[in-house]
Amino acid sequence: MTKIYIPLDMAAVAMGADRLAAAVAKEAAARGLTIEIVRNGSRGMLWLEPLIEVETPAGRVGYGPAKAKDVASLFEAGFLTGGAHPLNIGVVDEHPWMKRQNRFTFVRCGIIDPLSVAEYEAHGGFVGLKRAFELGAPAVIEEVTKSGLRGRGGAGFPTGIKWKTVADAPADRRYVVVNADEGDSGTFADRMIMEGDPLSLIEGMIICGYAIKGSKGYVYLRSEYPVVAKVFQAAIEKAREAGWLGDNIKGSGFDFDVELRIGAGAYVCGEETSLLESLEGKRGIVRAKPPLPAHVGLFGKPTVVNNVLSMATIPMILEKGAKHYADLGVGRSRGTMPLQIAGNVKYGGLFETDFGIPLGAIVNDIAGGTRSGRPVKAVQVGGPLGAYVPVSLFDLPFDYEAFAAKDSLIGHGGLVVFDDTVDMLWMARFGMEFCAIESCGKCTPCRIGSTRGVETIDKISKGQDVEKNIELLKDLCHTMKFGSLCALGGFAPYPVESALRHFPEDFRKPALEAAE
Amino acid sequence: MAGAAPYSDERAREIIAAHMGLEGPALPILHALQAEFGFVPDSAVREMANALNISRAEMHGVVTFYHDFHTSPHGRHTLKICRAESCQSMGAEKQANEFLARHKLDWGQTTPDGSLTVEPVYCLGLCAHSPSALYDNEPIGLVDAETLDELVEEAKGK
Repeated sequence: MTKIYIPLDMAAVAMGADRLAAAVAKEAAARGLTIEIVRNGSRGMLWLEPLIEVETPAGRVGYGPAKAKDVASLFEAGFLTGGAHPLNIGVVDEHPWMKRQNRFTFVRCGIIDPLSVAEYEAHGGFVGLKRAFELGAPAVIEEVTKSGLRGRGGAGFPTGIKWKTVADAPADRRYVVVNADEGDSGTFADRMIMEGDPLSLIEGMIICGYAIKGSKGYVYLRSEYPVVAKVFQAAIEKAREAGWLGDNIKGSGFDFDVELRIGAGAYVCGEETSLLESLEGKRGIVRAKPPLPAHVGLFGKPTVVNNVLSMATIPMILEKGAKHYADLGVGRSRGTMPLQIAGNVKYGGLFETDFGIPLGAIVNDIAGGTRSGRPVKAVQVGGPLGAYVPVSLFDLPFDYEAFAAKDSLIGHGGLVVFDDTVDMLWMARFGMEFCAIESCGKCTPCRIGSTRGVETIDKISKGQDVEKNIELLKDLCHTMKFGSLCALGGFAPYPVESALRHFPEDFRKPALEAAE
Repeated sequence: MAGAAPYSDERAREIIAAHMGLEGPALPILHALQAEFGFVPDSAVREMANALNISRAEMHGVVTFYHDFHTSPHGRHTLKICRAESCQSMGAEKQANEFLARHKLDWGQTTPDGSLTVEPVYCLGLCAHSPSALYDNEPIGLVDAETLDELVEEAKGK
């Protein structure tokens, strides 16, 4: 029986993967052929979605982007044996875009059936957890610390240190919370791992729970991801049926369970303390720190709050060893980063590579430049709170500290490319508007500053007292940066200030016209 | 879209009771209420406040904090159009404004026949296929004006 892979990934579904799968099943039945369709995750080559893969003796041959209307011609061309067809991209593992990567966190994503515990185990799943059980809790934390893994959610805090703080905090109960509130524009890695390899996240949570002596894990997922919710809930149930969740996991004497919770459309709930408030059933309002969630977290108990990518990377670190991971990357940015390439690009998708790759190589080589064919003007790195980076800084290596040195951030690894038609004054205004819409309201600089920011930019765009208002805008940004409790108000100035710094001409258009 | 059931306090209490075993049950209850009735009526907020032993004002504060929950009925279908940066890089703002103007709607409004509510959304995680949209629970990549107009028609039919 021929095995065919068609992704269930939300981006693939958005491009017609469900209709494609139905069409393939129907056509095969009409031709009296027996096939098995596996709904896998995405390989990350999103411009090729939906990508059909067919298992052949030579490897998995890909066809994409395939629409339901292409199905008849694919069968005619003998795609079940890897036949020639205009959509044939050859053996997927040999594709140049795949071969350039160093897949670590995403090693199984797109390869396996995400809802098969047996396939997960056949591809190294639960090896890390078994090793964790052998090592014992303190040694697991030591291993995570030595790997140099930093939180992939954006802040980049060392994961091992966070875990140790929670483990050492005296308590009768400790929680593991996974932040799956991936709200940044241009990011979709959390979504992809939860759809394509959800058991890796569950395994990471069990390891964390074991290391910190916690018994319950929550995944807080944003409501904008309905496909993820379905897949991940099913994965939890599969893991529980197989004995990887629940009481006395595989005879280890360790009890742990995972529950999925859905957010309700509040960007600020991606901030860890707002997230905890929301999980508790309150308004998602930021808490002042200290106390840190590691000391006083969910329901007042010590809590690890980790991003999806950080947690999903843990099993591989335990499996391969801390040194293997620590040897990758540059400076204090160890390991790999799943880059999310988006916006106006030819080859958008998920590309996992060691830290240190220059920004220009990502945009020009990997992403293939703009989809519109026009010159690149700016790349927003790290989501709506990230800076706009101009082409003149394209030699910047992808590294937490290198970006920080240029008043930029790498955040969750999302890159949104803009061509030369973008108006940076408008994008700066949008940054402020977004902050105004999503502010939880606790801090005055964020709540009021963002609205004043929109008003001030509107004045600038009308040519009113441009220089004076630019100074006012800078002052507002400064106040927001240093007067807000969380990253929403504190980082919203990054896109605005970077737009002002790198693209001053976009803020002075009416003045220039008047001078002409 | 779910949510056609007529509201009753008794049914609301059943839904609430079914979730009381959870830690921090408010959001799961609100999602369940909205799935059942299409919105979260004030009476349901009162029932929740009773069950959770908090003031109605506090419960109201929770409901109104989140973009997802609404306290009055919406259209039978929902179209969420992404306005975030990635989609903007591919002309989403202009496309959305033209769409709204064509159908004489503003963000958050429902068509006069009650069939469709149009809402902004700030990222659907479909950023390699910008611009994108979400129709009820169906994601749509590389969405264009024609598709958006078709969805308005489709919503009318059901």
